[in-house]
Amino acid sequence: MSHYLEFERPLEDLENRIEALRRLSTNEMESDIEPDEVNRLEKKAKELRSEIFSGLTRWQKTLMARHPERPYTLDYINMIVKDFVELHGDRRFGDDPAIVGGIGRISGISMFIIGHQKGRSMKERIFRNFGQSNPEGYRKALRLMKLAERFKKPVVTFIDTSGAFPGIGAEERGQAEAIATNLMEISRLKIPIIAIVIGEGGSGGALALSVGDRLYMLEHSIYSVISPEGCAAILWKKGGEPVTDNFSRAADALKLTANDLKAFKIIDGIISEPPGGAHRDPKAMAKRIADYITKALDVLQETDPVKLIEERYRRLRKIGSLTQTGPQ
Amino acid sequence: MGWFKKTKEIAANRKVNIPEGLWIKCDSCKEIIYKKEIQRNLQVCPKCNYHFRISSLERINLITDEGTFIEIDSDLTTTNPLNFSDTISYKDRLEINKKKTSLKEAAIYGDATINGRAVSLAVLEFSFMGGSMGAVVGEKIARATERALDKGIPLITISSSGGARMQEGMFSLMQMAKVSAAIARLKETDTLYVSILADPTFGGVTASFAMLGDVIIAEPKSLIGFAGPRVIERTIKQQLPKDFQRAEFLLEHGMIDLIVGRKELKNTIHRLIELFMPYKQEEGSFP
Ligand SMILES: [Zn+2]
Repeated sequence: MSHYLEFERPLEDLENRIEALRRLSTNEMESDIEPDEVNRLEKKAKELRSEIFSGLTRWQKTLMARHPERPYTLDYINMIVKDFVELHGDRRFGDDPAIVGGIGRISGISMFIIGHQKGRSMKERIFRNFGQSNPEGYRKALRLMKLAERFKKPVVTFIDTSGAFPGIGAEERGQAEAIATNLMEISRLKIPIIAIVIGEGGSGGALALSVGDRLYMLEHSIYSVISPEGCAAILWKKGGEPVTDNFSRAADALKLTANDLKAFKIIDGIISEPPGGAHRDPKAMAKRIADYITKALDVLQETDPVKLIEERYRRLRKIGSLTQTGPQ
Repeated sequence: MGWFKKTKEIAANRKVNIPEGLWIKCDSCKEIIYKKEIQRNLQVCPKCNYHFRISSLERINLITDEGTFIEIDSDLTTTNPLNFSDTISYKDRLEINKKKTSLKEAAIYGDATINGRAVSLAVLEFSFMGGSMGAVVGEKIARATERALDKGIPLITISSSGGARMQEGMFSLMQMAKVSAAIARLKETDTLYVSILADPTFGGVTASFAMLGDVIIAEPKSLIGFAGPRVIERTIKQQLPKDFQRAEFLLEHGMIDLIVGRKELKNTIHRLIELFMPYKQEEGSFP
């Protein structure tokens, strides 16, 4: 690991020492003296990880969801999808690199995999537009999902965006229409759709890939109607408090963690992360995700398509938290 | 009664930002205009055709036959699931907005007729928390849509909204998916949906039911978009083109069907309803 968030920092020295000792023991012949020390440090690191990551605040979870080393859509695709063929373009205007999609196999089942894609190097981040899609991205996603429906293939989506791109071209080409059309049309596709929030679920841009039969979140991912920063800027413009305090306050107010949304019954399940987060063991994380997908598909593949979309509608329809007092 | 009417009028005026006094300055052309002239003109500037913001009730009166609108489910309220609180609690904010607007929420829906034709009508109220869509607004739009579907009558919505309601967090965001899914079912039938966009319509409302009309109509010069202009400016660090996100801009880019002024709105909707009517229900003989 090369990037440590502030609250991860107590681990930095320990993890670096463990890594150094491991390197020594494989390269040199000193393995006879080192294992005890490695074990001792590993035990300490394990305890520290569980202490740090079991008690993350909502703002810390937000930072985890955006961790620069967190695995992205293509990382998971590389780890769990066999024979992946990426498919490009919306057939209307362009190909949006901020959303990737294609067909491949997970546990032997051929399916479509579509997700937001962030970049890791500065060059790649710019190429991926920081994971912020233009209308073309949503239209490409819908094109692939309709293809999936024609060929009766399930769809998995990976959600990881701070939001739809706010730009002139995006507005000119109908950002709102593209998102709205996805929400509408995906709700009626007669194939199983599983949506998984792997990092940041940012507002409408995330929602455009979220409609389906199952909605899961990774343990340290977030999903929110607005970013904590955006919320804080609207609500607490004045006042001399340090800004991050307001971000923390906003994150708490918005209730944007997997635990919050599971309690609200807005999501179906939480996929737990390896100790210290997905980025500390991407392979283990990928395997858990693949397991969730196959387990959900076992049920959904057996469901009659008409029943499937009726159930999908019922699930969305009941989200509200309302009371009706009766005529007065 | 006369007194009551007068205070109502004043309240309505304050809602559309018209200062006290006999004369007002138009927000768009900056001309000073005699206030009564604007009132007589359906709150439209006689000099530049700017459409001042009007209340949801005024909009209902504008397009429906007198006395035909019957509100449904006015008693729907949120349970405030996030227990949201900023400078004041969300509960208190709702109370303040209820008092300010004499309405219970940012949407009102019900049955009405337009030149004799039955419709399911839902209207957003911008002066109630910026017309934002929380669970109540989403539920009302969904119910209005299901009612149109069940009765086979056209769905008409009039939007003016800042978008999702932050104070309801993910419950608010999910309303976009909920109402869009309801409209998806309507679109499997031959039930017409006319969406009218008024100044301003943004965010989660534009990115759900407002842009899903079979026919989309905007009021002249109204601001319509996904992201707000200031957010865009801050992101791209560029000046925005003139008339960016105005109704005329959207028409030019193929995002809406028509721009219709207030005076023509009712008759335009009625004409569309008649023209889209399934053949068997059409009155008169085939030409
Ligand atoms: Zn004017």
